[in-house]
Amino acid sequence: MSRSNEFYNRPVADLSLVSCHNCDLLQRLPPLASGGSARCPRCNEEIRRRREDSLHRTLALAIAAALLYVVANSVPMLGLTVVGREASTTVFGGAMQLWADRRDTVSALVLFTAMIAPALQIGFMLAIVLGALRESPRRWVGVLLRHHRLTRIWSMIEVMMLGVLVALTKIADYATVVPGLALFVLGALVFVLAAMQSGFDPDEVWERIEWAADADVASEAAGTVLPQA
Amino acid sequence: MSAAPSTAMQHGLQNCGACGLLSLPAPGVEKGHCPRCAEPVAFRKRDSIQRTWAFVIAAAICYIPANVLPVLTTTTATGTDSDTILQGVILLWSPTGWPLSLIVLIASIIIPSAKIAVMAYLLVTVQRGSIRNNEQRIRLFRTVEFIGRWSMVDVFVDTFTAALVQLQPLMSVEPGPGLFFFAMVVVLTMLAVESFDPRLIWDAASEQGVHYG
Ligand SMILES: [Zn+2]
Repeated sequence: MSRSNEFYNRPVADLSLVSCHNCDLLQRLPPLASGGSARCPRCNEEIRRRREDSLHRTLALAIAAALLYVVANSVPMLGLTVVGREASTTVFGGAMQLWADRRDTVSALVLFTAMIAPALQIGFMLAIVLGALRESPRRWVGVLLRHHRLTRIWSMIEVMMLGVLVALTKIADYATVVPGLALFVLGALVFVLAAMQSGFDPDEVWERIEWAADADVASEAAGTVLPQA
Repeated sequence: MSAAPSTAMQHGLQNCGACGLLSLPAPGVEKGHCPRCAEPVAFRKRDSIQRTWAFVIAAAICYIPANVLPVLTTTTATGTDSDTILQGVILLWSPTGWPLSLIVLIASIIIPSAKIAVMAYLLVTVQRGSIRNNEQRIRLFRTVEFIGRWSMVDVFVDTFTAALVQLQPLMSVEPGPGLFFFAMVVVLTMLAVESFDPRLIWDAASEQGVHYG
C-alpha cells in the first residue's frame, strides 16, 4: 500500500449502503428510476433523487446563467431622477458606495454574496458539468463539487433582488425611480439559477469521478452486514 | 413493529458530508479522508456543540447593537435623521407600503431572533440527551437552514438606498453603525447552522434503541 493511502478510509463493499446525512440511519438504497427519489424512513429527509438528463440540462442552464450574470453586472440596475438630477447604480456600485462610506466589512459582505459567490456558483457548476461529461472525469471535478455547496449557500442573488425592490419602493417616496435593464436580467437569473440547482444531480457526477484514493484502497472494501428489519 | 434504528456510527462507518460515501476508518487513524472525494470525514462534525454555541452567543451579543444603533442616516436640508431597523419598519408602514414593511420586519427582526432561539433550543436539548420531538426538532433545523439567508434582505435594502440617494446638497443617505452588527448577526447565525450536526439530535434515541416508524 502506498504511503498516501494511509489517511484514506476504506469504502464499504456494498455501495447501495448509505446513511442519512440528517440522522445517520444506516439503510440500503433501492434502485432508483430516472426522476425517482428515496427518503429516510426515520426522519423523512430526501436521501437521493435521480434527475433526468441532469448533466446536459445543467450545462445549458449554467451557460444561460453565465450570460445573464455578465449582462446583469455590466448595465445599470436602478436609477432615480429628482428635480432634474439623475443617479444610477449597479450591484458593484452599491458595494463601492458602502466602501466610500467606510463600511468596509458590510461592503465586502455585499460584494461577496451578491457578486463573487454567484460567479463562483455558476463557474464551479460549468466546470463540474464540463469535466463530468468527459470520458473519464478527473479528480479536480470532485474538488470543485465538494466546495460547490458553500458557494450556493453564500450566493444570495434572490435575497438581493428582494432588497432592491424594497429599496426602490422606499425611495419612490421622494424621487422618481427608474428600474434599469439589469434589474430584469437579475430577475431572470434568479429563476435560471434555481432551475440549474434543482436539476443538478451530484450523485451522477460522483459515480463517474476518479477516486481520490488509489484503486487498491477502493477495491480493498470493507464488508458490513446491514441488520434486517 | 419496526426494528430499533441502527446508525452508520454504531457500525463503525463514517458518512462523507460531501459525496455521501460510507467508509470505514483505518485502525489507529485519527483523521480519515473519504476515499472517493478526499473530504475529511468523521463520525460527527468536530466540536459541533461548542462551535455552534460560540456562534450563537456571538450572534446574540451582536443582535443588541444591531437593533439599537441606526442602520441608516438621512441628511436633508432640514436636518439629519437616524433610523434603526425597527424605525425603518415603522417608516415603511403605510396603506400601500405595509407588505414591504412586513417583509423587512420578518426578515430582519423575526428570522434572526427566531434563529438564535431555535439554535439555542436545539443545543440545549442535544446536550440533555433528549429523545423527544426528534422529528419536530429536525424540521425546525431544516427551516432555519432554509430561511436563514433571507435575513440579509435589510443589508441589501440599506446598501442600495445609500448607493442611490446621493443628491448633495438636497439629500444624502449613509449607512449607520448598526448595519455592521446586523450583517454580523446574519453571518454568525449562518455559521452556527453550518457548524451544527443534525445527527446529534438522533444520537440519544439511537443509543437507547428507541423504536421509530
Ligand atoms: Zn434520516
